[in-house]
Amino acid sequence: MKNHVLRPLFVVIGIIILILLARIVLVPKDFGVGQRGYMYAWHRHSNEEEWKNFKVKYQGKEYCKDCHSDKYGSINKTPHRIIECEDCHGPAGTPEGVVHFDADKRPKLTIDKSRALCLRCHYPLPYPTSKRSQIKSIDPDKHNPDIECSTCHNPHNPMEGLR
Amino acid sequence: MITRRDFFKKSAITIAGATISLGALEIIDGKKLIAQEAADKSNKLRWVFLVDTYKCVGCGMCVKACKLENEVPYDANATRTWVERYVLTKDGQVHADSPKGARDGFTTSKIDLGVKPEDSPKDILEKEEETRPKDLHTYESIDPKDIDKAFFVPKLCNQCENPPCVQVCPVGATYQTPDGVVLVDRSWCIGCGYCIMGCPYGVRFFHPVYHTAEKCNWCYHRITKGLKTACVQACPFGARQIGNIKDPNDPVTKIIMDERVGVLKEEYGTKPQVYYIGLSKEVK
Repeated sequence: MKNHVLRPLFVVIGIIILILLARIVLVPKDFGVGQRGYMYAWHRHSNEEEWKNFKVKYQGKEYCKDCHSDKYGSINKTPHRIIECEDCHGPAGTPEGVVHFDADKRPKLTIDKSRALCLRCHYPLPYPTSKRSQIKSIDPDKHNPDIECSTCHNPHNPMEGLR
Repeated sequence: MITRRDFFKKSAITIAGATISLGALEIIDGKKLIAQEAADKSNKLRWVFLVDTYKCVGCGMCVKACKLENEVPYDANATRTWVERYVLTKDGQVHADSPKGARDGFTTSKIDLGVKPEDSPKDILEKEEETRPKDLHTYESIDPKDIDKAFFVPKLCNQCENPPCVQVCPVGATYQTPDGVVLVDRSWCIGCGYCIMGCPYGVRFFHPVYHTAEKCNWCYHRITKGLKTACVQACPFGARQIGNIKDPNDPVTKIIMDERVGVLKEEYGTKPQVYYIGLSKEVK
């Protein structure tokens, strides 16, 4: 066969070899098929570990128990015991790890006294077929609209009576 | 010159060849099939989720916890999980909303109808700052006497057994783990958005910071450490539960096996793994 026919063929073969070489360099070593086969598990395997190492922020109420035993004890005797501490106070952990205090040893957690926080459950929505209708509620426009709920009610012991 | 006989012969061969499916020519690898089956059987763990819509009160603590746990920007209009409110009135109408994905719960009886096209932010920005309305949303009041049924439905990733979002990924950036959770490899995602279009449940979105596909992964970093997901832990009413369907003694498995549960959009064949108690046909 003549040279002018073969030449473009060599160019094409060269390009294919270059692509294959680039592929060896660029594709991670652990890239491959997982247990669910090519259709559902074609991936970089080390990514599973990367997700497992993502930082946990919410620690759960047992984490708070030892230092805040007074609050933990009182809330557990009331209907509010079903609420996690961190639901209202925010997560104890941060993206940097579990850092409850800042450099000056001031607590980092929020104390949210807004009416909106309490109204998440206590706004009246008398919906049939939802447990929401069973929660005691107030009309926020009529029930002391200008003051914080915690002025009168203790969120850690709502049954103790007004402050 | 083609003869009539030749013409018929060649036509017959062409038609016969075209009707053979590609699957018929595939050589079945026995070893591969056995390995696949053995792997399926040796798997002792397959996560499932159970949502009780009777117990949900729409407080939205799950959404708040999810956003903070998974570092989804708090004020961005994007969330991995959300809670929908359905109010069915006596005239047969369905009123549904999920303001901010219920991040702040439902603290009004009015249904949030969103921003009307004529109030779109573009026109608003042309107005003077003082004359701009603060809340662009329109609301619908419903008389409590007209309500037939009303309830809340938490939504999250279904971690489908046959995830369509994974099938459409052109680069292998999203995949299913052996325990059934679908993850996204942020360093590998090219941001084409096929998976966002492919998910019939509208669970996927672009992460506002990483600009890659983002989705609920049932707090994979928590469940693999023996913790509950952030939303399950944050729910005061036990409306959300997570379990292992391969463990017959798991309380969640027992409910799924023994009680009446439903899944969303079963007709799509995705085999979703979030089971709902008290599902209604109005829930899409």
